[in-house]
Amino acid sequence: MSAFATQFKEQARVMTRDLRHRQLIRTALRSYEIARDKRKAAFQDWPAARQAAAETKWEAVNHLDQYLVEFATKLESHGTKVHWAGTGAQARDIIVGIVRDRKARSIIKSKAMTAEEIHLNEALEHAGFDVVESDLGEFIVQLRHEPPYHIVFPSMHLTRGEIRELFQRELGDAPSDNPEELTMVVRRVMRQKYIAADVGITGANFAIAETGMISITENEGNARLTAALPKTMITLLGIEKILPRLDDLALFLPMLATAGAGQPLTGYNTLYGGPRQPGECDGPEEFHVVLLDNHRTALLADAEQRDVLHCIRCGACLNVCPIFRNVGGHTYGTTYSGPIGSVLTPHLRGLQDWKHLSFASSLCGACTEACPVKIDLHHHLLQNRRNASEQKPSFLERLAHRAFAVIANSTALWSIGKKLGWLAQPLQRPIKGTVLDPARAWTKTRDLAPIARESFKDWWKKRQ
Amino acid sequence: MTERENILARVREALKTQAPLPGSHDGIHAPPLPQPPVAGARQWLPAVGKDFNDWVELFGKNAVELKADFQMLNSAGEMRRALVRLRDAGGWKRAACHSGMLPDAICPILDLPLLRTDRPYDVHALEACDVGISECDALIAQTGSVLVTSRSAGGRALSVLPPHHVVLAQRDQLVPDLPAAFDLVKKKYADNYPSMISFITGPSRTGDIERILVLGAHGPKKLTVLCF
Repeated sequence: MSAFATQFKEQARVMTRDLRHRQLIRTALRSYEIARDKRKAAFQDWPAARQAAAETKWEAVNHLDQYLVEFATKLESHGTKVHWAGTGAQARDIIVGIVRDRKARSIIKSKAMTAEEIHLNEALEHAGFDVVESDLGEFIVQLRHEPPYHIVFPSMHLTRGEIRELFQRELGDAPSDNPEELTMVVRRVMRQKYIAADVGITGANFAIAETGMISITENEGNARLTAALPKTMITLLGIEKILPRLDDLALFLPMLATAGAGQPLTGYNTLYGGPRQPGECDGPEEFHVVLLDNHRTALLADAEQRDVLHCIRCGACLNVCPIFRNVGGHTYGTTYSGPIGSVLTPHLRGLQDWKHLSFASSLCGACTEACPVKIDLHHHLLQNRRNASEQKPSFLERLAHRAFAVIANSTALWSIGKKLGWLAQPLQRPIKGTVLDPARAWTKTRDLAPIARESFKDWWKKRQ
Repeated sequence: MTERENILARVREALKTQAPLPGSHDGIHAPPLPQPPVAGARQWLPAVGKDFNDWVELFGKNAVELKADFQMLNSAGEMRRALVRLRDAGGWKRAACHSGMLPDAICPILDLPLLRTDRPYDVHALEACDVGISECDALIAQTGSVLVTSRSAGGRALSVLPPHHVVLAQRDQLVPDLPAAFDLVKKKYADNYPSMISFITGPSRTGDIERILVLGAHGPKKLTVLCF
């Protein structure tokens, strides 16, 4: 078992027993579910919209080379510098280089999971730069020195009391545990940071090939300010964010808002096509777009799971996942958690180290049903399991399956097995789940129903 | 080879194998969709009603849900009076706006020092303003959104830095739905897009503390749409 798997199991054991945590997540997600269902019902035809969204992303991802070139060419024609990064390390070097050349003193950042993926903040801090997360939830987890708990709701695991204590400790300012007053503390702190920052870093939700624009979806206005005030703007995005046409957003923006947060449309949906243009009086003088591969082309080469690149990071699959709800976001130990994280992480960080996430699933399919772009998530979990065992077969597992096949295929062996099972079951009871029990991994948390003395088959035979 | 060529070469190599079409799992096929797929978006998105009156009503309903203030007025005179009422209620001391038909006609009534953001301005002065007043490109009934751009609405910061954003609009700017809004953007700007195009849907908001809604996280705490 990999160290990551051991850690996952250990953490999951702790978290599933934490009733306070489960209650907090359940309450938060219950209100999400109500809002989401209301918004879905407002659509005239949600299933058709989903199918169209899936087909549009399919078209984009399966013609990615053409659309990437179109996107980059259009952006460059409006004065944007486009950078291509094959790996996370390259992307970090490019961004640190830009920041260093500008002799920046402070950097303001709006929420970007891609930046979490490549550990951009650590790299910038290591190079001696001060980076402030401007999204409220991201700011809270940054103060706690922990990664976001959820890809859309970064601080959903914290109560207002914990946040108040955090602000008191770190900012020396926490009037009460009223969410509004706590939010205003951050508003005050952040205003001066926007104005003082030399560089603004953002992510992107979509990249429009037709017009060469990036699109950012947010509720707080922090990305708007990050893209308005600093002299230099840098946007980091994965190459899979492409959409072919501007019109596609008429469908994707409301679907992202509905699936992600149960909103008709997110507070600010903003397109950026370049730095300040002639005749404009504010906005950055320079705009850099960093296109990141970081194993995405390897995933693209896996035709069976290529649709994982359709993901728009709405978080809907996390919200409905019974595993996520019980073990919590940090247990995964990954940037992307929940079902999409379980499918994606083995591609980004190695199948053998991260295969345990594909086994930590009941395969209920709630994620697949929730996905607005129809990624076949729970089948991909199964495929990861298959690929993992094909790549590195377990001798014991194979032996066990062979033996079972032999016994199950023979009437005589099967009836002997049934009798033996009935006799042996009471003997197993005292050692059930202890180190003496060979099946303890299974029996520790599960009860096997008592094996009947007489099988249905035998009973039926007697009645003939 | 440059990194751009490396990545594109890997993409082309990967795409040599065909991926299954979406929704084709387990032998289930959805009915074919128009090409391009989103061409039918209008039939799937939330309904907006048939005529202008329906759209006004829907925009108003959405504004209420978004906790935005929407006032449908009858004349420029009414718009001036509405703005004065807002000034008095908010105790405005300083206002910011940009040059444009509506701000030029309406804002002088405020009798306040006006910062203009369509010429070089001091960002600290804008931050100190109580209100940012701008025009817009469209109002979208379907979602209660205001469409602004860096060219039509006084740059990037005016609509998001001051604590109150007031939008001055005319009734023919109200469009029914998102597809209509994107059509308008394409027709209006064709191949000379502004560097920023933003759909503003309600005042700035967050739910990051226990999923409880708080307005004015970073951007405006209040959004007022005046339309005649």
